[in-house]
Amino acid sequence: MSHRVDARGLSCPQPVVMTKKALETIGLGTGPKALGGSEISDASGRCEIIEVLVDNRTAMENVSRFARHSGYDADVRTGEEGEDCYIVRICVEGRA
Amino acid sequence: MGICVACFIRDIAGGLGLHRAEAVQYLRPEVPGFVIGSMLAALAAGEFRARGGSSPVIRFVLGFFVMIGALVFLGCPLRMVLRLAGGDLNAVCGMLGFTAGIWVGALALRRGFTLGRSVRLGVGNAVALPALSVLLLVLVVAAPAFIFASSTGPGSARAPVLWALIAGLVVGALAQRSRLCLAGGIRDLILIRDSHLFSGFAAIFVVALVLNVISGRFKLGFQGQPVAHSDWLWNFMGMAAVGLGASLLGGCPLRQCVLAGEGDADSAMAFLGMLVGAAFAHNWGIASSPAGPTANGKVATVVALVVMAIIAYMGIEASAKPNQQRIAGEA
Repeated sequence: MSHRVDARGLSCPQPVVMTKKALETIGLGTGPKALGGSEISDASGRCEIIEVLVDNRTAMENVSRFARHSGYDADVRTGEEGEDCYIVRICVEGRA
Repeated sequence: MGICVACFIRDIAGGLGLHRAEAVQYLRPEVPGFVIGSMLAALAAGEFRARGGSSPVIRFVLGFFVMIGALVFLGCPLRMVLRLAGGDLNAVCGMLGFTAGIWVGALALRRGFTLGRSVRLGVGNAVALPALSVLLLVLVVAAPAFIFASSTGPGSARAPVLWALIAGLVVGALAQRSRLCLAGGIRDLILIRDSHLFSGFAAIFVVALVLNVISGRFKLGFQGQPVAHSDWLWNFMGMAAVGLGASLLGGCPLRQCVLAGEGDADSAMAFLGMLVGAAFAHNWGIASSPAGPTANGKVATVVALVVMAIIAYMGIEASAKPNQQRIAGEA
């Protein structure tokens, strides 16, 4: 259970812009409450997850790089929603 | 002249007889090289994927007007960087315009501009432009009577076919692997303060600068630069149109060739728009010459900026509709 940004089929830099907006929204505490329950974990054990769905490797790299540069942990999963889907999971510490 | 994607596509339009400007007609093997080089690199990396359906007609129009802007300036973003590295100060005006255009595009993107989602398509959509590229290579080698080739002017300055093709293949493959985009570099700096793509831009500048200085070709100034004019306003405006169009398309002319090679049918439409734009630029006296911009070119550049501004506005409006952009918090 997590926040989900569906950026499949969108060309660069829209997936990154949507990720940025989602991080800002949740960082400001206006997004839904923390849900957690993931394998990415921070030291406190509380980790709110934003899942960004993209359908190509370039967008996956861009979203992951953007998240890491912004100071968040991120990992990537593939194959859960079909062969054309990468899920970039970004850990937002419990700021909501 | 170095590598100029816009100029090479213009020469191809001339070589096919789509325009009859005798000095700029030649089926440049570099451009098919970009497309095929990118396709081979994408196939090897498992990234070749047929996709499209994201506002193809609008992408055609954007490609068309990007080419108009580039031919008013006399160069694509890549050639602009190479001109900067040669000491051509006119390219500084172009660079300022390019940055201004990208800044406007970034504003639109920040407000949710989108041309809509692409979807997976049949493989025929992905191989259409690579197939056209192969056809162009066959035609340049076979040289039938209906294909034009300049005997004077920029179109006559050419590398041997095989070397030009190899250079194109290498550049296409490297650009595919590195995601190089001259517009994306500046866009990411403005939009997300990320210098990753800009480092490619900077690397090309530094390498070209060093080579120019070593070979004695570096010449600082506005006047007498090769295939350039020194009308600062229209250098600025032309590249502003390129910057805005490239932002809305998601990439510079080289990137469109590379994406088309990866199987992106939307980028193939942008490429075809650039090809047709180049033909119109010369048929209608829009393209500049070293003597300067033309009256028609100035009008066309303003039209380009207005049309792109309307496209940007409509793209922001479209993003407000729920199916176009979803940021959902699922519980």
